Amino acid sequence: MKFDRRSETSRPVVGFFLDGKPSQGLAGDTLMTAILTQDGYLRRNEFDGGKRAGFCLMGACQDCVVSVEGRGRLPACTTYLEPGMRIVRP
Amino acid sequence: MTVAIVGSGPAGTRAAEVLVRAGLRPVVIDEAPDNGGRIYQRQPPGFQRAGKQLYGFEAGKAAALHACFDDLRERIDYRPRTLVWNIRPDGLNTYGDGRYGEVAFDQVILCTGAMDRVVPLPGWTLPGVTTLGGAQIALKGQGCAIGKRVVFVGSGPLIYLVAWQYARAGVAVTVLDTSGFTAKARQLAGLLRGGGTFMKGLHYIAWLRLHGVRIFEGATPVAIEGGEEVAGISFRDASGRARRLLCDAVGMGWGLKPETQLADLAGVPFDYDAGQQLWLPRRDAAGRSPVAHVFLAGDGARIAGADVAELAGTRAALAVLETLGIPTEASVLARLDAAIARHAAFRRALDNAFPYPAALAAAVPDETILCRCEAITAGELRRAARETAMPPAPEVNRAKAFTRIGMGRCQGRVCGPAGAEILAAALGCTVADVGRLRGQPPVKPVPILAERAVA
Amino acid sequence: MSNATDVLIIGAGGAGSSAALHLAQRGARVILLERGLIGGQATGVNFGGVRQQGRDPAELPIARRSREIWARLPAILGTDCEFEVTGHLKLARNESEEAELIAYLDVARNHGIALRLIGRNALHEDYPWLGPTVVAGSYCAEDGAANPRLLAPALARAARRAGAEIHERCEVTGFAHDGAGFAVAADGLRFTAPVLLNTAGFWGGGVAAAFGETVPVSPLSPNMLVTEPVRWFIEPNLGVVGGNVYLRQIRRGNVIFGGGHGENDPSVPCSRPLPDVGAAAMRRALELIPALAGVQVIRSWSGIDGQMPDGLPVIGPSRTTQGLIHAFAFSGHGFMLGPAIGAILAELVLDGKTDVPLEPFRIDRFAGGDSSVVRAEPQQQHS
Repeated sequence: MKFDRRSETSRPVVGFFLDGKPSQGLAGDTLMTAILTQDGYLRRNEFDGGKRAGFCLMGACQDCVVSVEGRGRLPACTTYLEPGMRIVRP
Repeated sequence: MTVAIVGSGPAGTRAAEVLVRAGLRPVVIDEAPDNGGRIYQRQPPGFQRAGKQLYGFEAGKAAALHACFDDLRERIDYRPRTLVWNIRPDGLNTYGDGRYGEVAFDQVILCTGAMDRVVPLPGWTLPGVTTLGGAQIALKGQGCAIGKRVVFVGSGPLIYLVAWQYARAGVAVTVLDTSGFTAKARQLAGLLRGGGTFMKGLHYIAWLRLHGVRIFEGATPVAIEGGEEVAGISFRDASGRARRLLCDAVGMGWGLKPETQLADLAGVPFDYDAGQQLWLPRRDAAGRSPVAHVFLAGDGARIAGADVAELAGTRAALAVLETLGIPTEASVLARLDAAIARHAAFRRALDNAFPYPAALAAAVPDETILCRCEAITAGELRRAARETAMPPAPEVNRAKAFTRIGMGRCQGRVCGPAGAEILAAALGCTVADVGRLRGQPPVKPVPILAERAVA
Repeated sequence: MSNATDVLIIGAGGAGSSAALHLAQRGARVILLERGLIGGQATGVNFGGVRQQGRDPAELPIARRSREIWARLPAILGTDCEFEVTGHLKLARNESEEAELIAYLDVARNHGIALRLIGRNALHEDYPWLGPTVVAGSYCAEDGAANPRLLAPALARAARRAGAEIHERCEVTGFAHDGAGFAVAADGLRFTAPVLLNTAGFWGGGVAAAFGETVPVSPLSPNMLVTEPVRWFIEPNLGVVGGNVYLRQIRRGNVIFGGGHGENDPSVPCSRPLPDVGAAAMRRALELIPALAGVQVIRSWSGIDGQMPDGLPVIGPSRTTQGLIHAFAFSGHGFMLGPAIGAILAELVLDGKTDVPLEPFRIDRFAGGDSSVVRAEPQQQHS
């Protein structure tokens, strides 16, 4: 499963790092969009090990938390992509 | 004299407008980068879609709300990207942009909005499953569909709106409406009171059918299938036949529930509302809570939709002004109160046409995860209920202490409604009897930091 | 209609629930009355430390006795209440704190508790995640932690299985003693017994007062916080000299920490953690473990305990009324003692005596304005 871009595709490209690997999103992407348009999950749950990709997309369910170097743990759905961000999926 | 407004959606924006017009400079705090709430969420800078594409029939209202706030910007103390994580009698604790802060207030209007209400299904934690609201946010806020073949499951006004938005964006869509036709038909008289809103709903359904989108009414979802991501969904149709759909994403939702954590911390008492099947903070028709200086407006107080939220925000701000010794002409108040009351009949009909599927929630299989955060199954809750039930009626807080359900990062936001139904069914009592989860600060996670700047 | 029994117990925290269990096990008829839910106050909201190290020596015999029961919980209750022998590491952040650790080594040894003093170098080698200001530590291998929300309910469940009758949401509204026995009115019912145990926590002071015994107990609220789950790396239960922060990490990964006091209103009752107190605890936690920076706190909580001026609980027979025995006001560190308190109360009731010295806990030690009774350095640590 990946997020499917349906519109707004002519935005500037923004480079970032996902789990150490160079990746690309578009200006205005949330981290969730930037990641889920590349790959199918955001994190693994600590207790059942299952892959998770968020749920509510509005900062309520807390199931999309990723680690951003220098910024700590942030909800991917309400954090916006910045150039050079180094995101690590827990 | 400081008035704080938490939330700058329809309710918070109109409340700010009223206060500014009266010469005050309210502090307006929102977690989002800009106003609009969720229904009128503004797209990020650089996005180019027109209002009609984003907000459909509501484009005019969205534009008006945004313009209203833009006009207020210089005249309010605006704190975007800021979380209010606690409320005390005379102040708010905030966190934003890496710093803690405090906002003192004399009066506060809580306009904290709502989130989807869900029923756990087997497989609902798989990547590819979102709430209906979440699916809508992906499209509206990011221009993305949550998948290429999306099944929407649930009931309520939102499912047809989101399905319509997705289908118009060219996504392959199927709708599993768990509400039966009969329940809706019985509410026809009340639904017709919704006038334009109801007609729009019929329009969405008609458009979907016209464009070949399959809609299964009276469907009972069985399981979301897939190994590491969504691959399909199985269900029973209205005649009881087992069916299966291939898909790569599922959007689920059964109405909304208010985000009431701050009202709870403020000491506002709650009552169980059988119509909405929700615990709601107590308030009068103007939005005054029993707690002095605390006012409530919009979907964060009770689910009534964006139009009512705008009216309620206005009305609550007028109540604040009255408290501050600035009265409003009685005829103005009467008109406002009447407008709000007119929506009530439609809302009741909606609640009755699309009830939260308590039976479906109570029947969540034992092996299905109930608490996403802590990965605790429904079966563990039922086991704890049987082992530890002590008269008189036990309740959700003790169930939480024993099972950890609700102890995760979301503090019961997602699992709360279904958890209460499961516990009530296991104990043989009503869902009101099992109470509601006790709230504590922070209402959302905040980081351990050494510095505490006072904003 | 009257419910006549052998022993009435007011307050189903750790002490009351344990007393109900021990009495029922020995054949006594017991009725336990709880106005809220079992374990809803002090016993259920504390840090969860099962700790002997650092206690006032007067408490050590009770702590030793209780530690022995903790080890046997699975056999007694059918559950271990998530008790884990993590060890307790008490830290010193400067030289004078280190001197206090050293001074306590003999106290512990005299009560059969072996403590190991760890110097700066060894400490940072063994626990590389400790912050640089930590200069020494005292380690008690026998100590550990448990889940405070589970203890009193588990004790009560076992008590009920042993024949005790337990009433929750049953508030006592009146007491009387007619010379032969007690009559207690609660929730429209009337209970009578020749023996009454006052294990009502902070509200034990009110029970005592009803029988003419004034006790200077004040309400005490811990200020607890818990984080999201993170990688597990903090093995011991951590404390500091002076007790202004305490911290532990459960196996699931959540870090539980606290320090200072929340606010409360015992008349409701209600209690709330305070943001500023939480912020101070965060700073002190970071001083101990810098790696916690940025870890998210997901919840805080408080509750109401009873605090005595000298930091010691009230335990022992009433000075005014035959058959009334008190065990309340554990001043922030009663959690670990609960199991033994119940055993001791059962002995007092059924045998008329106990081997554990209770003189330091007399209810009348503050009576008559005798200020010389006040002890130094009340315990701050909440279990």
